[in-house]
Amino acid sequence: MPFIEIDAVHKSYGTTPVLRGIDLDVEQHQVVTLIGASGSGKSTLLRCVNGLEDISAGEIRVGGETASGRGTDVNRLRRDVGMVFQHFNLFPHMNVVRNVALAPMRVAGVPRAEAEERARTLLARVGLADKAERMPDQLSGGQQQRVAIVRALATQPRALLLDEITSALDPELVAEVLDIVRELADSGMTMLLATHEMGFAREVSHKVCFLHQGVLLEEGPPEQIFGDPQEERTRAFLRRIVEAGRL
Amino acid sequence: MTLTASPLTTGQKELAKSTPPPPALPLAAVALAGVLITVVLTGVTAAAAGRVLPTAAAVTGAAVVAAALLTLLRPAARAVSSARTATAAWKEQRPADARRAASEAREDAWTTLGWCLAALVLLGAVWFLTTNDRAVQRTFFDGSVIELSFGEILSAFGTNLFIAVVAQILILAWGLTLALARMAPGRAGRPLRLLATTYIDGFRAIPAIIIIYLIGFGLPLAEVPLLSSLSPVWFAILALTLTYGAYVAEVFRAGIESIAPGQTAAARSLGLSQSATMRHVVLPQATRRVVPPLLNDFISLQKDTALVNIIGTIDAFNQSKIFASNHFNLSSVTVVAALFILITIPQARFVDRLIAREQRRGKGA
Repeated sequence: MPFIEIDAVHKSYGTTPVLRGIDLDVEQHQVVTLIGASGSGKSTLLRCVNGLEDISAGEIRVGGETASGRGTDVNRLRRDVGMVFQHFNLFPHMNVVRNVALAPMRVAGVPRAEAEERARTLLARVGLADKAERMPDQLSGGQQQRVAIVRALATQPRALLLDEITSALDPELVAEVLDIVRELADSGMTMLLATHEMGFAREVSHKVCFLHQGVLLEEGPPEQIFGDPQEERTRAFLRRIVEAGRL
Repeated sequence: MTLTASPLTTGQKELAKSTPPPPALPLAAVALAGVLITVVLTGVTAAAAGRVLPTAAAVTGAAVVAAALLTLLRPAARAVSSARTATAAWKEQRPADARRAASEAREDAWTTLGWCLAALVLLGAVWFLTTNDRAVQRTFFDGSVIELSFGEILSAFGTNLFIAVVAQILILAWGLTLALARMAPGRAGRPLRLLATTYIDGFRAIPAIIIIYLIGFGLPLAEVPLLSSLSPVWFAILALTLTYGAYVAEVFRAGIESIAPGQTAAARSLGLSQSATMRHVVLPQATRRVVPPLLNDFISLQKDTALVNIIGTIDAFNQSKIFASNHFNLSSVTVVAALFILITIPQARFVDRLIAREQRRGKGA
């Protein structure tokens, strides 16, 4: 059974449709990548899976349980599914270790000492042990995003949603973030991610999905999508990416 | 066709070269004349004031002002000389020098005129206070009345401070409660939102003095158990809390809404509940931002404590009015005004500094 099941999901902001009938499954230990132009619905889809947005029609199931519509225990859902954002969204009034320890303390009720101890262990694993006491605005973008990933992992989620997590970074800082994602993929973390880093998508994904104006036009293994796309729209999109020197 | 000789840009260049800088000499002359006229007016004012003031005081005052004014002769003279340099440079076809000299002349001239204006305002004040045999000065600044009333007014001012401090504490709690109620989420929060909005709109619409009047006179009449037996000071605190709670609620709401939605999204995505997100993520950031506007509201609250005199509370203003009617002189009321100035201005400067710091932080981020 797939871990995340997205079933005929529609979503509109007012009268503007953003998602128009998306069907997508993410198996356990699978990495699925969403590509497509800005405004194609990638971020919205991720936010819907996490219950940050309501959907207008269809159904989302996570771990076999309904995760959309009224009566969903969103707080429970989010303990199973972590999310990392384009703009990091670290809490600027807390130092790094408290950013990471906040959810375990306030959601899972872990005592502070233990939560901070675990946070430090996780930070050390991404090479940020010496930054534990810093405030977020004292870190580079790449370091902030690594903290954000660690923060999402601290609640021990069974899947991660990554929303263009390198788009706000200076080019030379992208690699340090992607390295961590690569490690997570190797360790078997289930991930659904939206990205503009096509080379990375080709390398880590088990499945790549091309979204166009709220419709999932084409999906398949990366070799097929990047090597032999079937849809004209997909080909046009990838051609522009190649022309921009991004693939 | 060639693009290099665009008629539009060359035309502008020609124009720039051929336009002389605005003439500075008339302005410089006005500045020089302004200094001299102000000096003369100082003498006239001193002569008039000398009739009611001790001669020594009038002469000394006039001498100080005149001496200060005479130092303005330097920028005024410099303005004239720069202006003439500018004219000469323009004739010798050195437009850049001409513009610089003209600009210096204008700045010197305006500096001179600005200080002259300040001196004129000062002279006007002296005139106003000393005219008609110092009638104004004796009405508002009678030393003996001030001395006589100061002690009792100061201790009555303690009542104003007590009302202000207690009300501020209550207002913080009440305002935050209202703000959170007004932002209560979802379908379930709708009745709360409606109640809070109605309250806030209502109490912001009614003048504070009317609320104080209604509570101060109404509650005792209504014989509400417990509430009716409170002292007038507590009626005042209650009334001001009700009124200012509505304003402060809006301050809190603005602060909460100014926190980026990404913060809430991040906290919720970690599994924090709505209230935990508010408590641990949004409010700590929002409170820091609302301190300056909050202090502004508190400053006006402190001043509004003088409104309680209408329900007979003996605060500083009421006490001073008693002195005023006994002595048929308003100098005791001036004392109250001075006390309010004394506590308010430091707070206002403090708020300015907080705002400046907040802006620096905003830029740094």
